[in-house]
Amino acid sequence: MTLLGEFSLWMALLLGVWASIIAFSGRWQDRPDLAASVTNATYGIFGALVVASISLWKGLAGHDFNIEYVAAYTSRNLPDGYIFSAFWAGQKGSLLFWAVVLSLFAALAQLLTPRRYAPLLPYVAGVTSAVTAFFVCTMLFAANPFERLPFTPADGRGLNPQLQNPGMMIHPPMLYLGYISITIPFAFAVAALLTRGLDTGWIHAIRKWTLVSWLFLSVGITLGMWWAYVELGWGGYWAWDPVENASLLPWLTMTAFLHSVMIQEKRGMLKRWNLGLIIGTFLLSIFGTFITRSGVIASVHSFTQSNVGYFFLGFLVVAGILSFTLLYTRWPLLKADVQLESVLSREAAFLFNNLLLVGIAFSVLWGTLFPILSELVRGSKITVGPPFFNRVNVPLGLLLLGLTGIGPLIAWRKASAANLKRQFIAPVTAGLVTLAGLLAAGVRDFHALVALALAGFVAGTVSQEFYRGVRARMRMHGESVPLAFGRLVGRNRRRYGGYLVHVGVLIYFVAFAGMAFKREMEATLKPGEAVELASPFGHTYRLTHVGISQFEALNRVVSAATLSVEKDGELVGLLSSEKRQHVDSFKRPTFEPSTEVGIWSNLQEDLYVTFAGAVGGTEEAVYRITINPLVWWVWFGGFVLALGGIVTMWPGGGPTMARATRRGQAGYEVALVEAGKE
Amino acid sequence: MKAGHKFLLGAALIVGSVGFLIAQGVKETGVYFLTPAELAERTTADSTFYDVGLKMGAKVVPGSIRRDPGNRQVDFQVSDGVQSYPVTYRGLVPDTFTDANDIEVIVEGRLGRDGVFRATEVLAKCGSRYEAVYEEAQA
Repeated sequence: MTLLGEFSLWMALLLGVWASIIAFSGRWQDRPDLAASVTNATYGIFGALVVASISLWKGLAGHDFNIEYVAAYTSRNLPDGYIFSAFWAGQKGSLLFWAVVLSLFAALAQLLTPRRYAPLLPYVAGVTSAVTAFFVCTMLFAANPFERLPFTPADGRGLNPQLQNPGMMIHPPMLYLGYISITIPFAFAVAALLTRGLDTGWIHAIRKWTLVSWLFLSVGITLGMWWAYVELGWGGYWAWDPVENASLLPWLTMTAFLHSVMIQEKRGMLKRWNLGLIIGTFLLSIFGTFITRSGVIASVHSFTQSNVGYFFLGFLVVAGILSFTLLYTRWPLLKADVQLESVLSREAAFLFNNLLLVGIAFSVLWGTLFPILSELVRGSKITVGPPFFNRVNVPLGLLLLGLTGIGPLIAWRKASAANLKRQFIAPVTAGLVTLAGLLAAGVRDFHALVALALAGFVAGTVSQEFYRGVRARMRMHGESVPLAFGRLVGRNRRRYGGYLVHVGVLIYFVAFAGMAFKREMEATLKPGEAVELASPFGHTYRLTHVGISQFEALNRVVSAATLSVEKDGELVGLLSSEKRQHVDSFKRPTFEPSTEVGIWSNLQEDLYVTFAGAVGGTEEAVYRITINPLVWWVWFGGFVLALGGIVTMWPGGGPTMARATRRGQAGYEVALVEAGKE
Repeated sequence: MKAGHKFLLGAALIVGSVGFLIAQGVKETGVYFLTPAELAERTTADSTFYDVGLKMGAKVVPGSIRRDPGNRQVDFQVSDGVQSYPVTYRGLVPDTFTDANDIEVIVEGRLGRDGVFRATEVLAKCGSRYEAVYEEAQA
């Protein structure tokens, strides 16, 4: 099977090179057969890579330990689900996963793009084929998943225990899907630049794609936080680790892009900025892959070091130079249609939002690269850690949260004093009431106060928007509340889905603010001994050490330390944390021991217990116990965010319906303006 | 003042604060990342370099780990082959921190004038067992 797999990789490479040469030569413009051939090549690449993927999966499922990749990431006693996910658990397999998914997206872009964008498609195919060819090339020359060993081990090494978590089966693919799908909007941007068709056409063509990749990135990042929280055992979900940062970077610039394209659509401004953003987002997605794979920056999430990093660095430099040069040559064609009319306008609010998002992205990039930069410039390596990122990003993030509340309230073009007054009174009041309530409740942490007051303000903004929209529909169409609400959202999916995303963001901020009140302690307990811990919400937890038990499970030897938990004097249950030593099928230990944390979660706070070890073979246990406030809300915020994202991109109707909606929305806006004059 | 100018003012304010926050953040939270040899060089050249917060990346000397019975404190030696330092750490060490061959650690803390590095944080990277198996099989 490896022979077939390797042959398929070569086929994909040849087709990719062919498609990109033909596409960029432009010869297809007067040769329809060549244009069709380029499109067919993208289908061919997809087919070849599917064959390669099946070959690798067959190797994994058949325990063919003569294949280096299979021996390195699986073992006979590994549960089936993890055998399946081992496909993307290692460096080489994840490159193949990347390539096959990209080729799938590339084929879908060719199939699903409406005919009116046909002139762009051969160039789009050229870009996607070139990027796919790069990944295949990296595999063939630096990280071949089908490489065979000179001998056959009796059993494989097994999967890293930290990756043996159900979240790991979906977190990496989600994040990869996000990273990978960015290539499609990037390809359309390059195609628009090459064809000089620089009106808003390309932006309409990629709208769904940008939302798709934004959604995958958001879900992937949130799942990554969840994985880090339950698996890494240090008691938090975000550590400003280089790989975490690398996933945040394209998310930030993509979020900026989703906002700034609205200005280009409505007002014909920001054409250069938008192209720059999408090119930057693509480069950051490749940069993220580079950081994860090269080992240039130490990280808990990274793959082992290899020369794959040089391939990515080279690709990053070449892609960056080519795309920015192309942008530069089209610069004069990208003049804005109109000028900014007022700083008190939605355009300006969006521009500030963009600057903040890009500023945050820049500071994160700077902090991540600082060890390398300082070594290059000053000869000594200086590192910055979480204190740096928090110092810089907490104020910037809070400003951004404030703009989330301001943006939807300000009129396009130029806001009048009357408009401002009418729009801001209720949300600002909501923010102030929140602040007063928190002060009365005794909250004194400055950043938490600001974050929660702003969250109240944003909640006020979103509620006001929904309330007014529903009321307008009820008046105009005589609809009931649920019907008006349903139609309001259903007919303005982009707008109200966007507001739902804002709700998700504000929930995140509230949850992040909660971590300012984290409580932490370490305790060494003999069986029967207890400790007490007070939570920020005023509860008292009493934890009694029950004992340590040892047992063997499927592929591991476990020592579990158990605490019985009383909350405010009432028994709520037992909480265990385990030390696991994974073993292969000959009972030989594999990997270092790992820890499973015990978490008892409710809407207010998480009780998070880590078993740090037994004292000298007795049942006396060392625990680290933390109380993490509001963690549940991080996952819920992620859910709301994803739901909002799905609403904005929910398919419905064709162009006719879109036109009708636009008319309806315009009418509704007129109605609001008139209402404002009363 | 024209809208464009007002906007530029706001933009400059944002860009300026981002730059300011970054510069301040690096100045106040940045720490040196050194190998034991580099640290020795610095302390020889500059006798005030003790008790400065820094990170040191090195390998744990095999067999040097001493844990106290409560598992709450560990003492060990780190080395880069040129220079070695005794390290003492109060707190819980990660699972990957063992006496096995070639465990790379990053310790964050301060070097005291007594030559002992007092760590406030210990990060460990694990070696790859599979490669060891491979080498055994080849031998």
